[in-house]
Amino acid sequence: MIDMFELLAIIIKVLVVFAGTLVGIMIMTLAERRVAGFIQYRLGPNRVGFGGMLQPIADGLKFFSKEDVIPGQANRPLFLLAPLAVMIPALMTFAVIPFGAPMEIAGRVVKLQVADINIGLLYILALTSIGVYGLVLAGWSAGSKYPQLGGLRSSAQLISYELAMGLAIIGVIMISGGLTLNQIIAYQQETGWNIWKQPIAAFIFLITIYAETNRLPFDLTEAEQELVGGYHTEYSAFKFAMFFLSEYANMITAAAFMVCLFFGGWDVPFIDEAALGGWGVLLSVASFLGKTAFFLFLYILVRWTLPRFRYDQLMRLGWKFLLPLALLNVFLTGLVLAVKG
Amino acid sequence: MAVVVKTYEPKFWDRFYLPAILKGLAITLTRIFVRKDTILYPEHKHVPAPGYRGLHRLNKHADGRIKCVACEMCATACPSNCITIEPSAAPWDDGEERYPIKFEINLLRCIYCGFCELACPKDAIELTEVYDFANYTRDSLVIDMDGLLEVYEVTSQGSIYTRQNAGQPVKVAQQL
Amino acid sequence: MTTALFYLFAALLIGSALFVVLNRNPMYSVVALVFGFANLAGIYFLLEAYFIGALQVLVYAGAIMVLFLFVVMLLDVKPDKPRRGLVHLDRWWFAILVVLFLGLLLGIVPGAVRLITSVPAGHEADIGNVERVGQALFTSYLLPFEVAALLLTVALIGTVFLAKRKI
Repeated sequence: MIDMFELLAIIIKVLVVFAGTLVGIMIMTLAERRVAGFIQYRLGPNRVGFGGMLQPIADGLKFFSKEDVIPGQANRPLFLLAPLAVMIPALMTFAVIPFGAPMEIAGRVVKLQVADINIGLLYILALTSIGVYGLVLAGWSAGSKYPQLGGLRSSAQLISYELAMGLAIIGVIMISGGLTLNQIIAYQQETGWNIWKQPIAAFIFLITIYAETNRLPFDLTEAEQELVGGYHTEYSAFKFAMFFLSEYANMITAAAFMVCLFFGGWDVPFIDEAALGGWGVLLSVASFLGKTAFFLFLYILVRWTLPRFRYDQLMRLGWKFLLPLALLNVFLTGLVLAVKG
Repeated sequence: MAVVVKTYEPKFWDRFYLPAILKGLAITLTRIFVRKDTILYPEHKHVPAPGYRGLHRLNKHADGRIKCVACEMCATACPSNCITIEPSAAPWDDGEERYPIKFEINLLRCIYCGFCELACPKDAIELTEVYDFANYTRDSLVIDMDGLLEVYEVTSQGSIYTRQNAGQPVKVAQQL
Repeated sequence: MTTALFYLFAALLIGSALFVVLNRNPMYSVVALVFGFANLAGIYFLLEAYFIGALQVLVYAGAIMVLFLFVVMLLDVKPDKPRRGLVHLDRWWFAILVVLFLGLLLGIVPGAVRLITSVPAGHEADIGNVERVGQALFTSYLLPFEVAALLLTVALIGTVFLAKRKI
């Protein structure tokens, strides 16, 4: 039976993670615009609040106050369902990601992770694959051609890249021998980060998360120049904001996932977090956030550097390069493990 | 004549794209730390180059009398018909027999071509550097003679934007 | 708690399954089927077969149903109109299928019940474990596994052949 202490801990963790994700999304929307400005010799939004700090709140208020339009040709039930179908998996995914070293409160160990289920990796993969529905339904239900094209592209793209992503993760699972992120992090603490042992997998994973989160250079589902806005062309006001938020939530989760799989999660190299007590926990959380922030920054940097892939190039890269490479990686990993015994 | 068609032959490393991608990322990364070109507008204002064609002004003689003789050359030259002049007999008698009692420019019709300035035989009308005179009503953007003379007062002492950037409060004609 | 959740999931599952069959818009059917799979995964989770539950979502809801959705979207299937007439060819098919289905149920259910009741208690905890599933798949069920793999390969080659006339 769940006792009060554990229940309280879980509630607090859920709130912290939920609020943290939302704050992360806010920071990301601002960072995206400011970094984009810096790269283009501009300053970006800097008026609302100190240095533009309150810009995301202003944006949110604007989304709330806009008129919510449902197109006449839209399929109403599915049109209303689609933003939810995108948003809910996007916010649920972070639940299995450990964001810090286990903490000791009143003699009891609290894992800094909302849910430690024994198939953490599959949970994330399953939820990302569920997220496709929102995009496809949004594209279809709007009843107009640009969203339709965006929806088709997204479903084909996500399915193609999910395969390579899954195979890249299998390499990591094979060497660390566990399906939970805690096991993988523990393995990395003992033997060093996975990036050194699975560089090919890390490379494939890095590319595929860009495709899975619909970010440039793989944002063909939105492709402003050709599809207006892709699957969310017909959405307005808060429904559009939900798509927008879930895109950033997915990015944060993907970056955190990348950190957990290949960069040791909350691990700080050469330091034993457990020996440091409370400070170790703080340090581990900081290290996790720092690493995640780095990959989020990389997202932005890549977005404002690389041009978009053409659709056939995208498919060729996915099927003819990444997938065979991922299979090769699995094969090589298996070979090395077999030789080592 | 033979035409040499240059084709792009990717080198060995170009086929991997990664070196090019890393180079591109390095370029954008360094741009983040470069000085920005943005001018923070209400606090700092762009100073237009000499010859900029902005808000009009009516020049005065050194003794404060208006230079305009209401010949209506400017109104004739104006391609958008935005200048309205009502002439009258001049109260002074030194050869200039006419002067305007009404001189209005509809700033919303004006296309800032500067033809009025070229047509003027007395160098009485001129376009200034002033560009920030946006307003909320159409009526307020029809500038009258007093306004045009006031623009002269404000702009005849050097660039108003340089002065504003230096911290001096300079108001443009009646806050149009 | 677990029992209540089981009944909740089961009711939602049956409800969505009925919705799949009974409503006349194929898009809604697909969405309802996905929802049904999610509930089925919920039941697997309640049985502590996390691996199978996750695979249920990952494979069926995440991959196969997306393709279904794809096809329904592309074919632009209009909602079905109710047919008239008491004696219709469809109805005969329906009757035959009902009989076959009932026969199938009668054949399967007693065996399934015997199987479930015969599993020793305490064994359920790791029945859906990755290792257990893998071991079962690669030892006792190796032949069916390989046959399925071969079948899928054949299907794949056939698809490529049909899609690409010139190879």
